[in-house]
Amino acid sequence: MQRTILTCLIAAVSAAAQGPDFVKDVEPIFAAKCYGCHGPSKQNSGLRLDDRAAAMAGGYGGKVIIPGDPGSSLLVQRITGANGLRPMPMGSKGLPAEQVSVIRSWIEKGAAYPARETAKASAPQSRHWAFQPIRKPDVPAGASNAIDGFVRAQLAKQSMTPSAEAPKATLLRRAALDLTGVPPTPAELQAFLHDNSANAYEKQVERLLASPQFGEQWARHWLDQARYADSDGYEKDWARPWSWRWRNWVIDAINHDMPFDQFTREQIAGDLIPNATVEQRVATGFHRNTLTNREGGIDNNQFRFENVADRSSTVGAVWLGLTVGCAQCHDHKYDPIKQKDFYQLYAFFDNADEEDIDAPLAGELGLWMRQADQFEAKREELIASYKVREKQPAWEVDMLDAFKNPGRRTDWDLAWDCLLKLTEGGDGERIIKKPAAQRTAREKRILETHFIRNYHFAIGSKAYKEIKFDELDKKLGALEQAYPQLTQAYTLLENPVARQSFLRVRGDFKQMGIPVEPDAPGFLPALQKSGARATRLDLANWLNAPENPLTARVTVNRIWQELFGQGLVKTSEDFGVMGARPSHPELLDYLASQFRDNGWSRKQIIRQIVTSATYKQSSASRPELAEKDPDNKWLARQTRVRLNAETIRDAALASAGLLDVSKIGGPSIRPPQPEGVTSIGYGRGTKWEVSPGTDRYRRGIYIHFQRTTPYPLLMNFDGPRSTAAACRRLRSNTSLQALNLLNDPVFLEAAEAMALRILREGPASNKDRIALAVQLALSREASNAEAERLSRYLDQQRTLFAAEKTLPVPAVPGVDRAEHAAWTGLASVILNLDEFVNRE
Amino acid sequence: MNFSAIQNRRAFFQRITGGLGTIALGDLMARNGYGATAAQNPLAPRKPHFAPKAKRVIFLFQEGAPSQMDLFDPKPLLQQWHGKSLPPSLTKDMKLAFIKPTAAVLGSPRTFQKYGQAGVELSDLLPHTASIADDICLVRSMQSDQFNHHPGQLQLFTGHNQVGRPSMGSWALYGLGSESENLPGFVVLSSGAGTSGGTDNFSSGFLPSTYSGTQFRNAGDPILYLSNPTGISDNTQRARLDAIRDMNSLHQSKTGDEEINARIHSYELAYRMQSSAPELLDFSKETQATLDMYGIGKEPNAYATNCLLARRMIERGVRFVMLMHASWDHHSAINANLPKQTKTTDQPSAALIKDLKQRGLLEDTLVVWAGEFGRTPMSEIRRPEDAGNAGRDHNPNGYSIWLSGGGIKPGQMIGKTDDFSLNILEDKVHINDLQATILHLLGFDHTRLTYRFMGREFRLTDVHGEVVQKLLA
Repeated sequence: MQRTILTCLIAAVSAAAQGPDFVKDVEPIFAAKCYGCHGPSKQNSGLRLDDRAAAMAGGYGGKVIIPGDPGSSLLVQRITGANGLRPMPMGSKGLPAEQVSVIRSWIEKGAAYPARETAKASAPQSRHWAFQPIRKPDVPAGASNAIDGFVRAQLAKQSMTPSAEAPKATLLRRAALDLTGVPPTPAELQAFLHDNSANAYEKQVERLLASPQFGEQWARHWLDQARYADSDGYEKDWARPWSWRWRNWVIDAINHDMPFDQFTREQIAGDLIPNATVEQRVATGFHRNTLTNREGGIDNNQFRFENVADRSSTVGAVWLGLTVGCAQCHDHKYDPIKQKDFYQLYAFFDNADEEDIDAPLAGELGLWMRQADQFEAKREELIASYKVREKQPAWEVDMLDAFKNPGRRTDWDLAWDCLLKLTEGGDGERIIKKPAAQRTAREKRILETHFIRNYHFAIGSKAYKEIKFDELDKKLGALEQAYPQLTQAYTLLENPVARQSFLRVRGDFKQMGIPVEPDAPGFLPALQKSGARATRLDLANWLNAPENPLTARVTVNRIWQELFGQGLVKTSEDFGVMGARPSHPELLDYLASQFRDNGWSRKQIIRQIVTSATYKQSSASRPELAEKDPDNKWLARQTRVRLNAETIRDAALASAGLLDVSKIGGPSIRPPQPEGVTSIGYGRGTKWEVSPGTDRYRRGIYIHFQRTTPYPLLMNFDGPRSTAAACRRLRSNTSLQALNLLNDPVFLEAAEAMALRILREGPASNKDRIALAVQLALSREASNAEAERLSRYLDQQRTLFAAEKTLPVPAVPGVDRAEHAAWTGLASVILNLDEFVNRE
Repeated sequence: MNFSAIQNRRAFFQRITGGLGTIALGDLMARNGYGATAAQNPLAPRKPHFAPKAKRVIFLFQEGAPSQMDLFDPKPLLQQWHGKSLPPSLTKDMKLAFIKPTAAVLGSPRTFQKYGQAGVELSDLLPHTASIADDICLVRSMQSDQFNHHPGQLQLFTGHNQVGRPSMGSWALYGLGSESENLPGFVVLSSGAGTSGGTDNFSSGFLPSTYSGTQFRNAGDPILYLSNPTGISDNTQRARLDAIRDMNSLHQSKTGDEEINARIHSYELAYRMQSSAPELLDFSKETQATLDMYGIGKEPNAYATNCLLARRMIERGVRFVMLMHASWDHHSAINANLPKQTKTTDQPSAALIKDLKQRGLLEDTLVVWAGEFGRTPMSEIRRPEDAGNAGRDHNPNGYSIWLSGGGIKPGQMIGKTDDFSLNILEDKVHINDLQATILHLLGFDHTRLTYRFMGREFRLTDVHGEVVQKLLA
């Protein structure tokens, strides 16, 4: 006992002289209180305290120990909870005073570490299934389609049996809706029903895969993930007139079955591919679907940060199936994603700028070139007659003055701010700061247009009215309408001089942490750099690399999800530790390896899935399965799947014979919607003008998506809000959906047209007409009970309408109006059936 | 219809109307792939974590940021500083939306008095609010992190400044379910101009769209697609619904899919909504005294109509009514425009409190009157040539709101700002604290009302928020 006291005394004395000893005095505290999170096995926030070099380097926020200056050392601030920082260790109120004083005095005396070897920080090795290499499992024997082998093996283990094949009619409607989003026509159905060849179904699958509607349908799934929209979002929510140019690219790529690795490369880094084509640059428009806030006072740096972070999170969700966004503020709570990993991914996109380019469609360029000179001459004439060039230089001088000396004149401050927010087609600040002689023709045009439209902020609306710039703006707009213009595209462009990226402490854009370089997350296979600094192209190649365990798995799982209503991994957005486990891990790996090793063909994987017996099973419930497998995890049957919002409308229009599929791609369209839908938002400048001609009957994928006031049907039926990657849609069942289908003029118009079709094209008898109605909408025969019930309804309608003065349908020459009304009611009944909005 | 289908349906409707009592939140999670499976009516009434003080909420959202120093928070010193810049020590590092911190101070021409037993200070623009001074709790130390409208409104309603999270009303519905058989559980009413937040303010975000706010519109159908199409009488509509129901039942008995029963149910609810909405909107049975109290009838005032409609909705079981009134965004000519706003809103807001009180509804109905942030003491001048044009810019620090009813301690003022209403001195109430408190009054621990999305548990209060004890009765 005495000896102990004596030893302590000596230690205390020597400590007073030389400061505390690391091994004897400091390390015991560190070991007990800190190493758990900041030691050899874990380095939360990038901090490791047991190794000298690592400790001196500090954590994500920078240095934590400043030898000789304990007061400035973050370590001391954290263990005391000074400066409002959350005290460490986590969950405590800080270390006891006597321990703090040991550490303080150790730092004061120079924070000496003994010379010693410490173990290398253990590499983050996760055993989580999704991070292990994709295996090529042996295919169970006995099934002609490997998918069935894997599924049946599992079913046998669960003592379950598969369901019989669905009736032919059901099969065709299922395959048609899944592959193209459009139900089969009566002629297509009849052809299939009468085709008794062994490969009748396979022939239909080939027809559907080759249909241009295939690209539209599968592009829609991709658009969900890319958070595609036709407007900025946020307060002003300006329309983006050229978003569709990238959508065209997607539809085209999918229709041509562009291999998924190329599909990935061009969207991630199309601009960096040597001698990149316009189309490859258009592909980078994937990343231009981020939101834009044009509200005054928004900090552009903050907004740029949020956009770049969004691009990184989206790539993580879409290609890796990981919630990397969680690591924007801190190391991931469950998955091995470090905050540094997030910012390494961020660094790839931090070095990319937004660039709008000419992206003419086929045939546009020649037309434009022939008339460009004339257009330019007329434009110059207008510009000259309003004396734009006389006024703009002085405005530029004053603007730059407002930028350099803010706060002197609030009107010019506002004008400057508006240049940052409201410039269209380019970066107003970058252009105005460039000497006029160095600006490109495009940049000159962008700045001039901004000047003409926004000069009033600087000079007041009275003076602005006097010089009639608003009139000029209208004339310029009309001139552009009168001449052919080149289609534009929103793209990314690599910054030639690499920007240094920084980790942001707690995800706060103002709090710069350590510098980071672009790289893949540390817990996944290493990324091959093509040069000193990794590029987005390297990132794309890494996503496509055979050793990448995620891209192929995540992608085939999402394909599966669209064909069975849910993925083999149900949480298709989250392959991390907290996500669902795959129901059929071997099947998933089989599909992933097939996909990766056989040319990344989307169509081939879909072909293999939809020709499997598993896919072709009946979806009818079976009492014994309801108990054993209510969620249909083991796939002893198909699943009834509620159609997506767009498909419900497309199917109604198709049944009515109204759906216009004559064009593929092009600008977005606006079907009729009730008045007042757009007025709830602030961005009321965007008027909803119904598209002319048959454009309003084009497919749902083309409906203009205004972010703050979306087309009601899309929201009622669970369409994504297009603010973040949506990897799967939820399917709710609400009374607003019922009202939508019952009373929306779009669906009534479809019912009306369907009724006319029945009356005009159909057979004479009621019975046969009812049969045709059911066939048009449900692609099957009506049962006797159904035909009887519908017939009763029809009679009832006839009686009702005979007595009604106002009929719900317009007069059509050659058609009995009351009869048309009755059949419209019948068509509407069928278009409202649960079966109609499902695929079985 | 065969026998088992009838059995199924009966069992289904028992469950759907809450016949088997309340269900646990965990069951809802299951549908999202993160747990076991159970098909449950997502709107069945549910019990919160503990006994609630408030059963429903009326949120009177004053869009655009009302000026606190002209309404709730008197700052006589502003008059002395009028036309001068504030001391740099006060405005150092300050970032404002449109103006620079050196902008000149704008004095307030308003006069203030103390009202009620508690002596709640209110400006001459709020005579009606003065008459309910003892029923409200005025908070003068609100704190937002955002000074732009859209992010500010998102923070107020979803707890976070970025788009995509569920609104407060959606959380309430997700947690408590709906008590109305005929109306949506979360209703949105709007008046005035459009709002910056648009539908993002009442979106269910990543929660199923079942929990989204349903907008009652001022023109055309009160709910989108609510009325029968032209030429479709009630008889015709009922016949159509009967045929749809029978056809769906026939198919249900063939496929055995429970979802078909759910669809039958949602069509029936749609029909009930169609028939009950006209009654809801019909004010003819309200007494003249009630209409006068709200100021309905003299000249059109959509805000007044909406306040009365809000009372009628909660009487019919609506869980969360959100009024959006725009706009208080007085960047220019504030002294001319602010009185126009208060003339529209002061009387109906006060009438709502009095009306709820006289009907015994105020006890368990929480009413919140709030904007997304406040305004600056400094002036904003957009047209220097016009002297009366001065307005105020956005200020997220130390703005004022009031609350009433449902477990709120009335007749008090909380919080203190500095002499210029530029910063908070005492009792800071962050937006997330307000949200934590609202959930607390509804019976929830805000840290436990969560939803798993993209691998993370999300909640209304993001990762912050503490219940404001001083607000509680």
